Amino acid sequence: MGCGTSIATETQGKKVETDEAVVKTTPALTMKAAVLIQRWYRRYMARLEMRRRYTWNIFQSIEYAGEQDQLQLSSFFSFMLDNFTQLSGNGPDLISQLLDPVVDPWLERETCYSLISVPDSYAGPRLSFPLSVSDMTVLLSAFKEQQVPNTSKSAPSHTCACLRLVLFSSTQTLHARYVLQLLYETKKLLKQMPNIIHLSTSYIHEITICGDLHGRLDDLLLIFYKNGLPSADTPYVFNGDFVDRGKKSIEVVIVLFAYLLLYPDYVHLNRGNHEDHIMNLRYGFTKEVMQKYKAHGHEILRLIQDIFSLLPLATVIDGKILIVHGGISDQTDLDFLGSIERHKVKSALRFPRRSLEELDLGQSYRKAKRMRPSGGSRPSSSRNQSKNQKTPTLRKRRHDVRRQDSNGSCSSSSSSSSSTSSICSPRTPSSLSPHPCLSPPSTPYTVNVLQVPFLDSLSSVPHPEPPQHEQEWKQIVDILWSDPKTQEGCSPNTFRGGGCYFGPDTTQRLLLQHGLQLLIRSHECKQEGYELCHGGQVITIFSASNYYEEGSNRGAYIKLGRELVPRFYQYQVSRTTRKLTLNQRVRAAEGSAFRALKEKLFSHRSELMAGFQQHDQNNTGCVSLSEWAQVLESVLRLDLPWRTLRPQLTRLTPDGSVEYQSCFEDMGPGISLPQVTPNLAETLFRYRTDIEIIFNIIDKDHSGLISTEEFRQTWRLFSAHLGVDIDDRAIDDLARSIDFNKDGSIDFTEFLEAFRVVHKLDSKDTHLSGKIDKEKC
Amino acid sequence: MTEGADDAVVSEDNLLHKKITDAFQVFDTNNNSSVDVKDTGTIMYSLGCFPSQKDIGELKAEVEDNNTGIVFLDKFVPAMTKVLQENKFPPISEDVLLQAFEVLDREQKGYLDSEEMIEYMTKEGDAFTEEEMTEMLSALADNEEKFIYYKDVISELVFEPGM
Repeated sequence: MGCGTSIATETQGKKVETDEAVVKTTPALTMKAAVLIQRWYRRYMARLEMRRRYTWNIFQSIEYAGEQDQLQLSSFFSFMLDNFTQLSGNGPDLISQLLDPVVDPWLERETCYSLISVPDSYAGPRLSFPLSVSDMTVLLSAFKEQQVPNTSKSAPSHTCACLRLVLFSSTQTLHARYVLQLLYETKKLLKQMPNIIHLSTSYIHEITICGDLHGRLDDLLLIFYKNGLPSADTPYVFNGDFVDRGKKSIEVVIVLFAYLLLYPDYVHLNRGNHEDHIMNLRYGFTKEVMQKYKAHGHEILRLIQDIFSLLPLATVIDGKILIVHGGISDQTDLDFLGSIERHKVKSALRFPRRSLEELDLGQSYRKAKRMRPSGGSRPSSSRNQSKNQKTPTLRKRRHDVRRQDSNGSCSSSSSSSSSTSSICSPRTPSSLSPHPCLSPPSTPYTVNVLQVPFLDSLSSVPHPEPPQHEQEWKQIVDILWSDPKTQEGCSPNTFRGGGCYFGPDTTQRLLLQHGLQLLIRSHECKQEGYELCHGGQVITIFSASNYYEEGSNRGAYIKLGRELVPRFYQYQVSRTTRKLTLNQRVRAAEGSAFRALKEKLFSHRSELMAGFQQHDQNNTGCVSLSEWAQVLESVLRLDLPWRTLRPQLTRLTPDGSVEYQSCFEDMGPGISLPQVTPNLAETLFRYRTDIEIIFNIIDKDHSGLISTEEFRQTWRLFSAHLGVDIDDRAIDDLARSIDFNKDGSIDFTEFLEAFRVVHKLDSKDTHLSGKIDKEKC
Repeated sequence: MTEGADDAVVSEDNLLHKKITDAFQVFDTNNNSSVDVKDTGTIMYSLGCFPSQKDIGELKAEVEDNNTGIVFLDKFVPAMTKVLQENKFPPISEDVLLQAFEVLDREQKGYLDSEEMIEYMTKEGDAFTEEEMTEMLSALADNEEKFIYYKDVISELVFEPGM
């Protein structure tokens, strides 16, 4: 069938009209055919781009909604600290240690590491201090070897060192003794550093500036490979967020600190908002350390906690370029920042407190709070919550001008029936934050108490005492947590729960004030690894490629020479050797995003169903598309393009209405626990990660087990705080049912497994499933 | 919906507005009801249209805000509503697409080789840019980037994710 005419005689729309043309001019037909294909192809690319974009939107929305929780978690810790100490028995427990750090004299002495012996069987790197280049070579090689678990390398070479490396399996890491020694030395070094480091290009060549790494050793090694190892010729600035989320946070930190010790003049580290022990509890670093260092994890974490608070806050190059992790606020004062005692602000999420006696203040307020009408059962309290929010959605950049005026976004209210929003950053006394959008306090409490949201309720936290500490705290938090926005002005960053959204005018003012020309910051993931804004006066640089998912984004770094013109270098770590097509990458990322989104739906099932049923009085099982979108938006509070996402979430009936139950059908719990009421189950699904953190804290010896009694107590506290109506008997039943061995202890990993959302249709994307889950903590 | 004819028209419009706004929102990265004019074509395709490059150009001119490179939602919605209501750029069916490939595949081999493809796509019709061409080859050609088995290609091109 090689003749054009035989095809043309087929009766299909297009062909008929060009019948004559076929006989006469094949070129015209060829052109038409080409046009058709081009159009289809461009449509295909457009659809891919669309999917790529909304996948990105989904990831970001969920991430920022999740970050909202961190402040909430911290207030729960305060609550726990206040109420839990009697349970722990004797001695200061991990919670109070973590939350109210007391200087541990043991860690101030060399004996903290020198007494640890390293067995002969240890095949990993043995470092000698002061570190030398060869130590770094061995260290890096060892970590690289770790990346390939089943190394199919050729026969080991003859030297002992190489043999060791081959034997160095992926389950091992640097021995605790060396880690502690490294940390001890790093802490000593950092104590001597100022808050703001000033660099000059007159005696250094090009400086390389890297953004967030988030435990991605692959990316760090790739940067070193492309750009060169740190040295006098290749100085680096790492702009914070070295840990959390990725799986190799401790390795990243070891490498960075080692280079810092080796080249203190050429390697500079800025603190990021994740260099914070409370964030680490939530986002995976603490867990990673405890898993990799079972015997000495606590000490390692304690030292790191100190080191994090000792990290410099900013770097300035040639007096012209300011590098900070998050951004600035309209109150940022670099001179003041340079003068404070930075190490006092251990965590952005714990306000500076002098002593535990401050708690008395909190107790009475908390009692009063409990007497307010609680939401009762979970769904209604959340509904109140969503009603409270004037701007109901939690989209990241919720700060355009028209919303600012009506936005009660930074007021807090203790009563769930108040009309102003209550999820916001800790309110600072009005004397220090004269932001126009701060509504006057409408709480029944005095201004001495901060209303800090936790989950869906509020907790009272004792007010930090002297304004001085408060100011220091705010200056640092602004530097570490702020985000730029396109509109003018500076408003509190209600999304993150700390720092500000700063506009181009804020940037302009600060740069002018200090004779600067550029602000380089990180803190936000960008698809291309970097982004400019504020007319080029602000650059965001982000160095963790594939942050949300394989293929989600590139990483980048900046090179800056004497002329101070930034040049950008991008890269992307590829885990598979086979190159994925764009379509495959988009599909993989999209699958992951939807999985995460559906889990959100699942864990809000009862509220969603209640919402749908309000629109479906006749129980048809269907609602209109608009109603469906509206319910999702108000319950989940994620500002996403629901209509565009709909095809992958629910089915439509032939008449175009939404079968709302279909979005839950391919998901279920890990194990079924029949005793668990739906109410309790949903709470557990939703707060699974937080509960896991709490269990990990309670489980001091890391056995994976906690006593039934501890479980009961924790759960009671948790649900009391949440205002969830669950009676003690339900909890007891639950505890008993989980205690499979009937030996009085609970394997909480197994318990939590029951509350991991399982996707029943987990087929082709199995290798990617659970990625979001893992990455979360 | 038990409404009168007028109401039906109004709510039909309303639905279109919402659909358009929803798609627009995906590209509204600064959340200020605007998108880059470059995204106009992408949004049109996402709403089910099959415009030519010229069609896209015309709509861009219509909705762009004074040569700023920005398109505001309040200008885009009415223009796009009209496009959808009048079905100005109707879809091209899968069958027609197959025929198009078959026209180019003179010898009826079942595939086109890269050179042929490049020739057609960059010299004919709404020619591809070099970038588009490279993209297409890497996306749709087989691993060695030699042959384009168009029946498989068509399945990929028409794929729509959904339940």
